[in-house]
Amino acid sequence: MSILGRIHSLESFGTVDGPGIRFVVFMQGCPLRCQFCHNPDTWDVLKGTEYTPTQLFEEIVKYKSYMEFSGGGVTFTGGEPLLQAEFILEVSKLCKMRGITVTIDTSGFVWNDTVKEVLEYTDIVLLDIKNYDPLIYETVTGVSLTPTLKLLDYLREKDINTWVRYVLVPQLTDNLDSVKKLSAHLNNYPNVSKIELLGFHKMGEYKWKELGLEYKLADTLEPSRDLMQEVKNIFESNGKKVSANV
Amino acid sequence: MKQEWYDFNHGSWTTDINVRSFIQHNYTPYEGDSTFLVGPTKRTTQLWDEVSLLMVEETKKGIIDAETLKPSTITAFGPGYLDKEKEVIVGFQTDKPLKRGIMPNGGVRVVKNALEAYGYTLDKTTEEIYTNNRKTHNDGVFDAYTDAMKKARHTGIITGLPDAYGRGRIIGDYRRVALYGVDYLIEEKKHEKKLLEIPILESPDIRLREEISEQIKALKQLKDMAASYGYDIAGPAKNSLEATQWTYFAYLAAIKEQDGAAMSLGRVTTFLDIYYERDLKNGLITEEEVQELMDQFVMKLRMVRFLRTPSYNDLFSGDPTWVTESIGGMGLDGRTLVTKSSFRILHTLYNLGPAPEPNLTILWSTFLPEPFKKFCTKVSIDTSSIQYESDDIMREVWGDDYGIACCVSAMRIGKQMQFFGARANLGKALLYAINGGKDEKSGEQVAPMFAPVTGDYLEYEEVIAKFDQTLDWLSELYINTLNVIHYMHDKYNYEKLQMALHDINILRTEACGIAGLSVVADSLSAIKYAKVKVIRNDAGLAVDYEIEGEYPAFGNNDDRVDQIAIDLVERFMNKLRKVKTYRGAKQTLSVLTITSNVVYGKKTGSTPDGRKAGEPFAPGANPMHGRDKNGAVASMASVAKLPYKHAEDGISYTFSIVPKALGKDEEERVNNLAGMLDGYFHDKGHHINVNVFDRETLLDAMEHPEKYPQLTIRVSGYAVNFVKLNREQQLDVLHRTFHER
Repeated sequence: MSILGRIHSLESFGTVDGPGIRFVVFMQGCPLRCQFCHNPDTWDVLKGTEYTPTQLFEEIVKYKSYMEFSGGGVTFTGGEPLLQAEFILEVSKLCKMRGITVTIDTSGFVWNDTVKEVLEYTDIVLLDIKNYDPLIYETVTGVSLTPTLKLLDYLREKDINTWVRYVLVPQLTDNLDSVKKLSAHLNNYPNVSKIELLGFHKMGEYKWKELGLEYKLADTLEPSRDLMQEVKNIFESNGKKVSANV
Repeated sequence: MKQEWYDFNHGSWTTDINVRSFIQHNYTPYEGDSTFLVGPTKRTTQLWDEVSLLMVEETKKGIIDAETLKPSTITAFGPGYLDKEKEVIVGFQTDKPLKRGIMPNGGVRVVKNALEAYGYTLDKTTEEIYTNNRKTHNDGVFDAYTDAMKKARHTGIITGLPDAYGRGRIIGDYRRVALYGVDYLIEEKKHEKKLLEIPILESPDIRLREEISEQIKALKQLKDMAASYGYDIAGPAKNSLEATQWTYFAYLAAIKEQDGAAMSLGRVTTFLDIYYERDLKNGLITEEEVQELMDQFVMKLRMVRFLRTPSYNDLFSGDPTWVTESIGGMGLDGRTLVTKSSFRILHTLYNLGPAPEPNLTILWSTFLPEPFKKFCTKVSIDTSSIQYESDDIMREVWGDDYGIACCVSAMRIGKQMQFFGARANLGKALLYAINGGKDEKSGEQVAPMFAPVTGDYLEYEEVIAKFDQTLDWLSELYINTLNVIHYMHDKYNYEKLQMALHDINILRTEACGIAGLSVVADSLSAIKYAKVKVIRNDAGLAVDYEIEGEYPAFGNNDDRVDQIAIDLVERFMNKLRKVKTYRGAKQTLSVLTITSNVVYGKKTGSTPDGRKAGEPFAPGANPMHGRDKNGAVASMASVAKLPYKHAEDGISYTFSIVPKALGKDEEERVNNLAGMLDGYFHDKGHHINVNVFDRETLLDAMEHPEKYPQLTIRVSGYAVNFVKLNREQQLDVLHRTFHER
């Protein structure tokens, strides 16, 4: 009996979670409780639809042409996909056998031997660093920053292509001193090929309400163009490629 | 070799009429990027400003002007100009720009009604002649229609039939005029007629001899018409200007003579490019001048107008003319047919701004040069004005010198025509199956009487059996109706100029169509995978349905229902294949509704998929609005499964997406859209319209149409000015699925 994965939803046309056209798998379950999360409906580890690795793979492979022609592939996001590392390992193996590239969008919070094995099959890691100040990181996510930075080290050690993602939330993650430190820190990681600066948006607010959760950022505004540009400049100052909706 | 053909390589085109051979021996494939393109010349911009002013006035008034006395012919009007000094390419359908001519050979009542709708009155004598002395196509058709045909037409199970207007969808090989000159074409026709002096002339031979004589007359008139503009087109064109102008004259003669529903141009850009390249090489012309020719040619194509009734516009909104030009594709020898002029014609969308016409159609192949693919997708993202069709599928069937007529109908240029057949409403046919052949709205017995479904819940096997029986009846009735129409069209409204630009022996297709594919597929899926309860009225007629449970809907890349849709297409096509056609035409099928999905929906009662009476169908082969839940690619993957070999007249899919869902920046968007098209066509998709804009833009355009005179959107196989749609159609566009994630 193969292991089952819990999946929140599938999207056949993802263009913002890695290069090209991507089949995006939203995995169910997350240990973080980020204040700005736009998918809080993926938190609960008991919800979602169960798939066997083969079932999911069969859905993915239907879109092989689109992935190939666009330089895309499959992206596991969530939720925290690495909570279900065993399942992802099995699906990733199947994907790699058919030449489909694998991207994992993770907070880096989960760490174990299976995660290490998953990374052997991973082409790109989208590593979400929610903040570089350990205290603010905890405030934002409810958990510690340490595992994320450890994973970053490990990705360098294995030379795995990594895109760092940073969500800019006014009055929450716009502590520019720490952004500067993060930028300097990333300079030591040649495997980090790109930094994606994502502006906070409220498109997930309604989900918080539906789940009966208190949305603390109800009064927070989306970052101004100037602020986005300022942060983009900081990340660019160390010569990394930065993408941002400015 | 004629002297006008200097520097050209010869081939079989030098001794026979064979434009493809000319192209293959002489064109210059272009694999570079768009950096060579130039902006419009001053006089082009000034002229376009004048045209734009006229068009604004036209939008306000409905039409600029209309002829009320003289039926249009190739030579009915003397030369017409807008601003002679600035016009590089000349010629209008009537004596004034945008003035609409009348063509009562199709039917005089339609002309009269259309004129009256805009406040004009048809001249009494003209009306009398076409009522008492000169029989029209429309009169002929109704003389021969059976009661069953009239009934089917009235209830709308078969509609949009070309029985009161020109059938269109015929492409003359307009290039022949530029390449050979008219005199040679006349000589060839005379020669062919001579060959038809055979021992026993039977009616097909007699008809053909008469047709050839008509064709020769038309060619002579074409020469006279060109002469009125100061051009002698007896011999071949000798330079870029002449080649462009003469090709346009040939097309112009066609639209002076016929007001067919779709008057498509064919595949002229790569042909013209040969002249441009020769002149550029010899230093006779500059890139600016070449672009000026292209811009001004396209400007003329944007000004093609026909007089239509308001009810026609309900079916086909936005005053379309389907001046379809097919661009790009690959040759049978593996070289790309993309030339610099493929770029130049797309560039008119920047030089003159976006526009629905000409209907620029990219023949896409995964083998197209990458810079061209990216230029196309950039144009789509910037203008939403172009459509794409699979050259890889069509080349296999039609070779490498076919063009698209109307929206999705491929035909080998000069070697093939079609008998346009509008479409049958499969949604309604399913309801007839359930109601024992009675119309679900009127209760009238339309199909032959058979036992209706009487259970409280619909059973899949029972419904399928009755549906199959209904389709047997429908396919026979449908083809016979088309046979009547096209017999009469040939007799009373023959396209003499367009057919003069065809070979003598041509392939004719009987181009049937279906509407409501996704409605029926979803209905059958609901019956099979959920429970569908029947609601009947007092007379026992099934008028509504309640669905218990969930069912897989078409557009989610789910084989359980996609297979039903595939079977439907094949099933209906196989039935059409059994029915004998007029002139031995080959039956084909399209899954295309244009914008008539709104009208078809209006005429159809509630369906078992949960669609309520009167609600629009999805356009063409599209999944029903809001039922595709797995994202954009899943939706198109379902459509791509529909089998082209059973729908050789084309499978239309319209796709709308907001810019940011395509990627984070322009480069990503351009690449992702190209990758998406490659994937779709690689997986055997046939056609796709691409719209890239935000819903907010459309909402704003509804409130402030004056701000968006050129806002162009692709609907089903063609494009329209959004502001020219009526409110209902605008709302239909807005309600369609916009992929936003």
